Amino acid sequence: MLRLLVALVTNSIILFTRLVTAVQARWIGCEPTQTQRIYFANHASHGDFVLIWTVLPPPLRRRTRPVAGSDYWLIGAVRKFIATAVFRSVLINRQPGRGQDDPIGQMSAVLEEGHSLILFPEGTRNATDAPLLPFKSGIFRLASARPDIELVPVWLANLNRVLPKGQFVPVPLLCTVTFGAPMKLGADEPREAFLARARAALLALAPDDASNADEGP
Amino acid sequence: MTPQDKIIAFFGGVLALLIVATIIGNTMRARQETPTPLVENLNARINSWWAMVLLIGLAFLFGKTGVVVLFAVLSLAALREFLTLTYTRRGDHWALLAAFFVVLPAQYVLVWISWYGLYSVFIPVYAFLLMPIVSALSLDPRRYLERIAEVQWGLMLCVFCLSHVPALLTLEIPDYEGHNLLLIAFLLGVVQLSDVLQYVWGKLFGRHKIAPTVSPSKTTEGFVGGVLSATLVGAGLWWITPFEPWQAAVLALIISLMGFLGGLVMSAIKRDRGVKDWGWTIEGHGGVLDRLDSVVFAAPIFFHLVRYWWT
Repeated sequence: MLRLLVALVTNSIILFTRLVTAVQARWIGCEPTQTQRIYFANHASHGDFVLIWTVLPPPLRRRTRPVAGSDYWLIGAVRKFIATAVFRSVLINRQPGRGQDDPIGQMSAVLEEGHSLILFPEGTRNATDAPLLPFKSGIFRLASARPDIELVPVWLANLNRVLPKGQFVPVPLLCTVTFGAPMKLGADEPREAFLARARAALLALAPDDASNADEGP
Repeated sequence: MTPQDKIIAFFGGVLALLIVATIIGNTMRARQETPTPLVENLNARINSWWAMVLLIGLAFLFGKTGVVVLFAVLSLAALREFLTLTYTRRGDHWALLAAFFVVLPAQYVLVWISWYGLYSVFIPVYAFLLMPIVSALSLDPRRYLERIAEVQWGLMLCVFCLSHVPALLTLEIPDYEGHNLLLIAFLLGVVQLSDVLQYVWGKLFGRHKIAPTVSPSKTTEGFVGGVLSATLVGAGLWWITPFEPWQAAVLALIISLMGFLGGLVMSAIKRDRGVKDWGWTIEGHGGVLDRLDSVVFAAPIFFHLVRYWWT
């Protein structure tokens, strides 16, 4: 019964996402294979991981789990159901120091189970005019814990316009999800260098048309 | 012939064309060792044509309601493609929502109830004055003029202009009652055939680029051959219209020219924004706007010419 409900909600969310965003996946740097991966993406909207999740082929989707903030997703029964039963999110506490949580440990445990992760290294939704915020160090610590797993940059275009931070009615603009080339943490690569390299790899996937850039023609 | 007979005859002709095109496409593919992108794209285009003709045929079966609903959906698809390429800011969210979920449905409801006095001014007067107010109330003046102008032009092209196709059903032409679907068949048939013929003439005989910086695929040979042959076909379709053959030819010429120029305008926008296609909805063609760019420019002119001279 619960499984049926989960399947129904899952398909409804996917259909709704496709109708609203007509989302198109562009696998330019890698193929949608069963390889275990850490997908890391720009973050501007609550719909972000839904979009990535929607374009993943079903077999991959079943083995891919988004990392999300427990402060948002554990409020209210509906959100909690969607976050835990539907998306099977890895819910982490974003206020370190409060509580005994160990986010890197939580994520590593999920990787141990053979699942892939969807991660937003900016740490919070980007509501500024800058295309991408500086990365938090979590992705570096995770890559250090599991240097064998490839990291795939994923650029989400336009979802911040479909559903800006603080809004709840989506505007049906077209969205794309671009998957870049996989990367790994280099041997002895220092933290700052790795974070800069990962951020540059993600930013390189952003379309260079003027529509989303702050300045330009 | 009754209007139904004429519609059946018209669609019969279109189906015959599609069958011939499909045979040619498959023959070209079969003759090649390794498939070329051109032939693959040609076959993808033809397959999509089957789907598009089927869709229009279904809409015709449901009469006015079917056509209004079909074009409302096409407007929505076109508007989203257009606005995706424009610059907007967070403060425009409510204005954008209004464009999609208030202005667009309202325009088509007005067409559906045949309220000419309001649907012909609703967007250019009311929407164009109220939407900047909504955006201004967000108190974010950065690039305000550009944001407003782009959303307004998007509404003008994708909703206002396109709604003139179903609006043809609201015209009351003496001795033509119950035939108005055929006016839509004439308009869409001539515009789309003109596009197809320009493509065919261009691929077969195209040597001289007509607008290389704006639309590199358009050639002088394609333009002249396509427009002239579409004009002839339009004249040959006089029997489904309230026009004399020579009048049908003149209107077909105007429609084809507007269609060509519309394609040019929409190409200029795409070049400006650095994209090749408007979207990816229609296999082989690109986005909905890639197929409708010529209709957008031809429909209002055709509508008003017919309204002025024949009603």
